[in-house]
Amino acid sequence: MAKVKGAIVVDTETCKGCEVCIPVCPENVISMSSKVNRKGYHYAYMSNPEACTGCTNCGIVCPDRAISVYRVKLTA
Amino acid sequence: MEVLDIIKPENQVFCKTKLMTDTSLSYCPGCGHGTAHNLTMEVIDELGIAENTIGVAPVGCSVLAYDFMNIDMTQAAHGRAPALATAISRLWPEKYVFTYQGDGDLAAIGTAETIHACNRGENIVIIFVNNGIYGMTGGQMAPTTLSGMKTSTSPYGRDVEKMGAPIRMTELISNLPGVYYATRQSVHTHKHARKAKKAIQKAFENTRLNKGLSFVEIVSNCNSGWKMTPNDANHWMEENMFPYFPLGDIKVDGKLKSVAQ
Repeated sequence: MAKVKGAIVVDTETCKGCEVCIPVCPENVISMSSKVNRKGYHYAYMSNPEACTGCTNCGIVCPDRAISVYRVKLTA
Repeated sequence: MEVLDIIKPENQVFCKTKLMTDTSLSYCPGCGHGTAHNLTMEVIDELGIAENTIGVAPVGCSVLAYDFMNIDMTQAAHGRAPALATAISRLWPEKYVFTYQGDGDLAAIGTAETIHACNRGENIVIIFVNNGIYGMTGGQMAPTTLSGMKTSTSPYGRDVEKMGAPIRMTELISNLPGVYYATRQSVHTHKHARKAKKAIQKAFENTRLNKGLSFVEIVSNCNSGWKMTPNDANHWMEENMFPYFPLGDIKVDGKLKSVAQ
């Protein structure tokens, strides 16, 4: 069966740390970093990268479009 | 497979549209305006009409929309965006014209322009972001502020006896014959954002078919004005805004649908 694996890239300088992406992630991939960006916001990062399926839910709710989503199909 | 093997240009499935500029959005963190801007631009990009689209920015939080949207934009006096859009669409009937307005702009100072543009059935799209408050000026009471809701000019809560009931603008204009499509959407979760994107797409397709006015209301949060975190504001919106402003299509293809009250 084909399996899907995904990954996100967060533009850390664009992210405003609103955390809207966290509840919409079905796999609980995203957390907030303890570090801050130049504006002083904690930014989102993949805390659980193994679980990401690249569903783009986080991307579509991100008001600042700081998240790019990548997805590959694995044929095992 | 390692994460770095996945992050390659050929595997990219979602990124910011090129019709949004690189300017950092001036909105507060978590504000629905950013999502609404991006969804609008993604629709215009996907329909391939960027060269033929003219946007009209309002006064309010989204006054700088022309800085963020990488298409032809103009900016109207407070509330007058539908009047300006009327002029543009009549002078260039082949162009796609849309206005992007907030509730203070569209439902307070611009009520006359909105209602008459809707009544005339101008071939434009109106995107109405309703957050029940004047966000830009410091959280004053707007016509759409809910009953009992505390704002900086109604510190004891909105008193419906004195101040009137909140206006359901979409229901109001949907009774006018010129309106072809009226819908109310939201952008706070992925499901709602995808639905809202479809609604905006339908609105621009109506313009292509010269059907008349399409009105898309987006119920949004104002976490700074409501003094909550973005996720709390979204929950508050689901519990308090949606019962009064029910989501869904109100008028489709010129025919009214029965609205759940």
